[in-house]
Amino acid sequence: MSMIEFKQVSKHFGDLKVLDEVDLNINEREVVVLIGPSGSGKSTLLRCINGLEMITGGDLVVDGMSVLSGNANLREIRQEAGMVFQQFNLFPQLTAEENVAFGPRHVRGLSNSESLRIAHELLDKVGLAEKKKHLPSELSGGQQQRVAIARALAIKPKVMLFDEPTSALDPELRQEVLNVMQRLAEEGMTMVVVTHEMSFARQVGTRLIFMENGKIAVDGKPQEMLVNPTNPRLKDFLRHVE
Amino acid sequence: MSVDWTIVPQFLPQLFKGAKMTIYITLVGLAGGMIIGVIAGLMRAYGNRLLNFIALVYIEVIRGTPIVVQVMFLYFALPVLASIRIDPLSAAIIAIIINAGAYIAEIVRGSLQSISPGLREAGLAMGLPRWKVLALIVGPLAFRRSIPPLGNQFIVSLKDTSLFIVIGVGELTRTGQEIMASNFRAVEIWTAVAVIYLILTGTLTLLLRLIEKRMRIL
Repeated sequence: MSMIEFKQVSKHFGDLKVLDEVDLNINEREVVVLIGPSGSGKSTLLRCINGLEMITGGDLVVDGMSVLSGNANLREIRQEAGMVFQQFNLFPQLTAEENVAFGPRHVRGLSNSESLRIAHELLDKVGLAEKKKHLPSELSGGQQQRVAIARALAIKPKVMLFDEPTSALDPELRQEVLNVMQRLAEEGMTMVVVTHEMSFARQVGTRLIFMENGKIAVDGKPQEMLVNPTNPRLKDFLRHVE
Repeated sequence: MSVDWTIVPQFLPQLFKGAKMTIYITLVGLAGGMIIGVIAGLMRAYGNRLLNFIALVYIEVIRGTPIVVQVMFLYFALPVLASIRIDPLSAAIIAIIINAGAYIAEIVRGSLQSISPGLREAGLAMGLPRWKVLALIVGPLAFRRSIPPLGNQFIVSLKDTSLFIVIGVGELTRTGQEIMASNFRAVEIWTAVAVIYLILTGTLTLLLRLIEKRMRIL
């Protein structure tokens, strides 16, 4: 079943065209990895899905709702699409458990105790049960990002959006985040991931999209695209990231 | 005439009465100034073009003119212009409200805009409506960050009340002036007045420190 549908989607920032009539269909349980040079539009494409950027042309439908169909529907879409940011963006004044309980409490309207129960369950899932009382500033980057993943999961999304989730992390901290993401994928979560982690694309991705100049240049199976790239610019790009 | 500190105690009740008036003008004025300041600050930070422009004009007009001119305008010019007559005390309080409001508006705007846009996005991405993102995430963080500059403004406003001597409000400085006029004890009286001001501002500083300490660090 189609979860996310881009129909001739364009996005302009003033005169700059960042997405150029993109058509894309993402089905349930797919793990789509978006790669491409900086400025190719991959982050913008991701941010259009939950309306953090509003599309300027075409239509974008998430779980049956168009991002253009008003604020109430947009909030609905955002509750079904959990987002993980490059810079974690944890609420600095709240502890790990309060961060994760925030969505259940204030978005879903659950009771405080029920929200905390969900938070503990999810912190346990990302391996941070013993850090629940810590403030974000007391956690490492990798731990912060795992809390951020738990926070996004806490609103029970149908799809998870990852915007370069490991780019701000030291190399030795990346794997713990990637492991959590891999486990999510194995559980059948629909995921869209902007990343430069080619090993993740190869091992976890079910689909790889190479973007260039606001367009989808190559769309295919990660194995085939990474092992034997035919597109010359993809070949060139891969040489630079590996 | 030699300096004689023993004359001070007999004037203290009178000075305390003036100090009470200073405190009253400051508290009511700052309470109103906070309300105006938060509204104007929100208009500056999040308002559409029109709201932003209205707030900007207010802030620039007030910041660009001395508070003495503002209170003179309220007390002497307004009755002529609009036949609105106000007593000195009300003019003093209104002057603090509109004057502190303009500076507080800039503090509020600056604090709101200093909060990382990523936190706002994180809230929005969860599906929270904008007002909840402001009330639950950005607002509390901005408030914490605005305490030091707010403290500054509170102290400035407290001291600004001394300028209302020009419209004859019986606050602390005016009281000192009146005592002085009757006994010419400049050193003793102005020292006493200065010490009372120091106690008032010191208390304010201490209170703000306490609030700052009680809130979680960023």
